[in-house]
Amino acid sequence: MNIEKNTEKQRLNFWEKIYLPEIARGLGMTFVEMFKPKVTRQYPEEVWNPTGSYRGRPVLVLEEDGERCVACGLCSRVCPALAIEVAAGETEKTKERYPIKFEINMLRCIYCGFCEEVCPEEAIVMSKDYDLVFEKQEDAILDKDQLLIPMAQLQDRLEFLRQYRR
Amino acid sequence: MEQWLVQSLVLGLKMFLIVNGLLIAAAYLVYFERKISAWIQNRIGPNRVGPLGLFQSFADVFKLYLKEDIIPTLANKGFHAIAPVISIGIAIAVYAVIPFGEYFYLGGEKVYLSIAPHINVGLLFILGMSSVGVYGLTLAGWSSNNKYSLLGGLRSSAQMISYELSMGLSLIGVLMISGSLDLMQIVQSQTGGQWNIFFQPLGFIIFLVSAFAETNRTPFDLPEAEPELVGGYHTEYSGMKFGLFFLAEYVNMVTACAMMVLLFFGGWDVPFLYETLGLEQGSVLRALVQFGVVVGKMIPFLFLFIQTRWSLPRFRYDQLMSLGWKVMLPLALANIAVTGIIMMIFQ
Ligand code: SF4
Ligand code: SF4
Repeated sequence: MNIEKNTEKQRLNFWEKIYLPEIARGLGMTFVEMFKPKVTRQYPEEVWNPTGSYRGRPVLVLEEDGERCVACGLCSRVCPALAIEVAAGETEKTKERYPIKFEINMLRCIYCGFCEEVCPEEAIVMSKDYDLVFEKQEDAILDKDQLLIPMAQLQDRLEFLRQYRR
Repeated sequence: MEQWLVQSLVLGLKMFLIVNGLLIAAAYLVYFERKISAWIQNRIGPNRVGPLGLFQSFADVFKLYLKEDIIPTLANKGFHAIAPVISIGIAIAVYAVIPFGEYFYLGGEKVYLSIAPHINVGLLFILGMSSVGVYGLTLAGWSSNNKYSLLGGLRSSAQMISYELSMGLSLIGVLMISGSLDLMQIVQSQTGGQWNIFFQPLGFIIFLVSAFAETNRTPFDLPEAEPELVGGYHTEYSGMKFGLFFLAEYVNMVTACAMMVLLFFGGWDVPFLYETLGLEQGSVLRALVQFGVVVGKMIPFLFLFIQTRWSLPRFRYDQLMSLGWKVMLPLALANIAVTGIIMMIFQ
């Protein structure tokens, strides 16, 4: 089918059809753009501080009397990337259960935040850490010691969850 | 010392300077390409390697040297290896006839600022060489044994052949006015502000557009159109072989700018400059100023080449061909006819 209405021929006037004036206009535009202020952030020197809504590395919340996690295994079950491994143990405390082993493989994690969403204890939350660098594959599997972060440092995220989580 | 020994020493030195100067110029063009593209997009651009990032291109070249050189198993090894050499070799060979100034006397020896001065087919040599350059790209595309490379190579050959015609024809007007194929004489015929751009504005525009097409720069960079062809003719190249294609593209860009300056903008001619500075014919200082003037005039064109790449989208292939054959070629022919008639009237 031949297009007859609103073709290039009808839309463009003579000066637009010979390209050159329009090209000159385009070049003028980019030339002006060259002197506008730059928006680049010089990363390693100027660090970006994310807000509470940012989903960085998932971490475990550490309270005064130990971790919140009760080793229910829901996060491990829901994780689409199969990144979490939990092994449960029993204690004498009121909570009765705690994770003997809690590992997140950061090479698998896709930062979806499902683990945080599903956790009944609000024990695993997404932190603001985004500069994750590992030199070996084994280093990328974070164990419990590396995952536990004092609650005081996670206030922004917990506040965010309080406001927006349903 | 013997005459021939001195001459060959001077010649060797000139060749050394030209080749190295060109490669360094190409490296810095890459740097400025990245800087200007960054500025246009409100970014900063390379600024880590050395002050203001000035050594960035050298780091890049060094990286290319260290990279693994991968040759596809089914590639035609000989042609695959020789294609980049053809590309860069021919890009540089053109500089045998391009003058950057007149001459100076050094200890009674007349030294020209070009390797082969007063060669009477200079312009033809440049046009001929740039058509041989297409072999580099086509061979690269064909020998890689990859359909995208092949498409890129074929596109480049079709495009170059089409635009070579209008490029050559757009220069005939200049030849008619100066009556010589020798670049030195073409420049000398423009002395005193009688630059060819004033007599051949249409010829210049045709030459400019064809030069963009010949050097495979946007908006005519179809041989390496990334979204369609992966990388175009150099898809299967890595390491310094890829680097050679890259450098050849920039050297070709410098050639195109040098031709524009020499053929249309009076080369080293600036009205009254040399008289006011009191530089006499044949002094070293005058030659240096001439070199500076030629390079200085080239810079705006190089900037135009780079800025255009970051401003305009790519042509579609049928648009490219119809522009080349239906617009550029008739215009170039008309330009020759009009120039001839006007010259007849005013003689
Ligand atoms: S982090 Fe939460 S969901 Fe995961 S095992 Fe512990 S309590 Fe259960
Ligand atoms: S953020 Fe998603 S992928 Fe990462 S550990 Fe949690 S559930 Fe798994």
